[in-house]
Amino acid sequence: MKPPRFEYACPQSLTEALDLLDEHKSNAAVLAGGQSLVPILNLRMAKPAIVIDINRIPDLDTISSNGRQISIGARARHNDVLRSPHVRLHLPLLAQALEHVAHEAIRNRGTLGGSLALADPAAELPACTVCLDAEIVVRSNRGERKITASDFFKRIYSTALEEDEIITRIDFPIEDSFWRFRFDEIARRQGDFAIAGLAFAARCDEAKVTECRIVFAGVEESPRRIPELEEIFIGANVADEENIQRAKAAVADVIEPLTGGELSPAYRLHVVRELLARVVRDLAHPDMARSLSHECL
Amino acid sequence: MNAYDEPSAEISCTINGEAVEARVSVRQSLVDFVRHEIGLTGSHVGCEHGVCGACHIVVDGRVVRGCLMLAVQTNGAKIVTIETSQPTAAVRTLQAAFYERAALQCGFCTPGMILQAAELLEREPSPTRQQIRDALSGNYCRCTGYHAIVDAVEAGAALLRKGAAKSSGSQQFQGKGDST
Repeated sequence: MKPPRFEYACPQSLTEALDLLDEHKSNAAVLAGGQSLVPILNLRMAKPAIVIDINRIPDLDTISSNGRQISIGARARHNDVLRSPHVRLHLPLLAQALEHVAHEAIRNRGTLGGSLALADPAAELPACTVCLDAEIVVRSNRGERKITASDFFKRIYSTALEEDEIITRIDFPIEDSFWRFRFDEIARRQGDFAIAGLAFAARCDEAKVTECRIVFAGVEESPRRIPELEEIFIGANVADEENIQRAKAAVADVIEPLTGGELSPAYRLHVVRELLARVVRDLAHPDMARSLSHECL
Repeated sequence: MNAYDEPSAEISCTINGEAVEARVSVRQSLVDFVRHEIGLTGSHVGCEHGVCGACHIVVDGRVVRGCLMLAVQTNGAKIVTIETSQPTAAVRTLQAAFYERAALQCGFCTPGMILQAAELLEREPSPTRQQIRDALSGNYCRCTGYHAIVDAVEAGAALLRKGAAKSSGSQQFQGKGDST
């Protein structure tokens, strides 16, 4: 199982990479972490004429804060994001989600930008960017544009990225301390693709919800906020048991589960209901909503 | 290997401390390069799409899937495989602990397991059993049922902590002694 033949380019600057991409457009594949692209090549599901390796481009992996937002370079490796003090302090949802992303060796190579560009419906990070209202910054020879995460993901494996564009960084707003975050997921085993994942952010005044954002991973074709569920929780205590039951009852009407594969849509919806209840109950504990399961990492 | 206009490139890197210069096909994986061109066959090729963990190799201090990195990407890199003559204390101790606990049967997964477990112990000297299982969740073993492997990593961690306590002159070592 070896990849098909391709040309290989290893640009030393972003300008050089953008020129190559402009020249080859959809015949090119951008190689960041390679943890999805290389399996796709090995399985010969894609046959790009040229692979553009962006691993030598400087400054594409910085993680920084300006007090209002955390900016994460597109090539930041999952384990570097997971262990970043900026992320652990201000983006606990992202850190919680990263604990579910694949395995150590994969997280040593895989990148945030790569996960977003692929837009696998089962991936955790696209859902997190929608839930955290992130902005995805992309560059081409035509210039730079910023796309809000909710406009970025179009369909299964499909994004707003044009064929001459590269993601350069992702900007996450820093929310005030009233916000609570929880990501959890149900998968067959640690690190496997999610049967269902849930990113839940709630702004709580005392325990009462004033704003909330609910985004599933691995459930629909692409991540989006579910306003019908969000409305249920606003104005009441976060883990109000009646609201949990109302939300569970509403799930089947407002979620369009993925079809095909090994799981029936009905089973996926069942998992979604149980996951939703679990996450909301966890959110009732403010400590839990900011904590990670592996403090030692 | 470079027949038929196969695109190739020159690389220079170090493998287990030795300088290596080679011309590689750009689509050759790191693990195929290390096995077929260098002759180090301790890194195993299992699934070839990043699922099984048998091909683990340390590149610039980090464990990576050898089947998901191209050899050409390691130009300038420091590569360490299970065959290194200067294993870290964690690797050495884990090799002994795996032997002692018989934490292998066919041995195909063992090099990948040991490199991944060593990375865990270098970051977290006292992992819980759950943490060990999480850290090794990307390494398949089809023989042991994993229990002995988790035991061996736990024992290796305790040995390393003892060693660290000894070398720092501490007389009384207290392990964490978790039994989760």
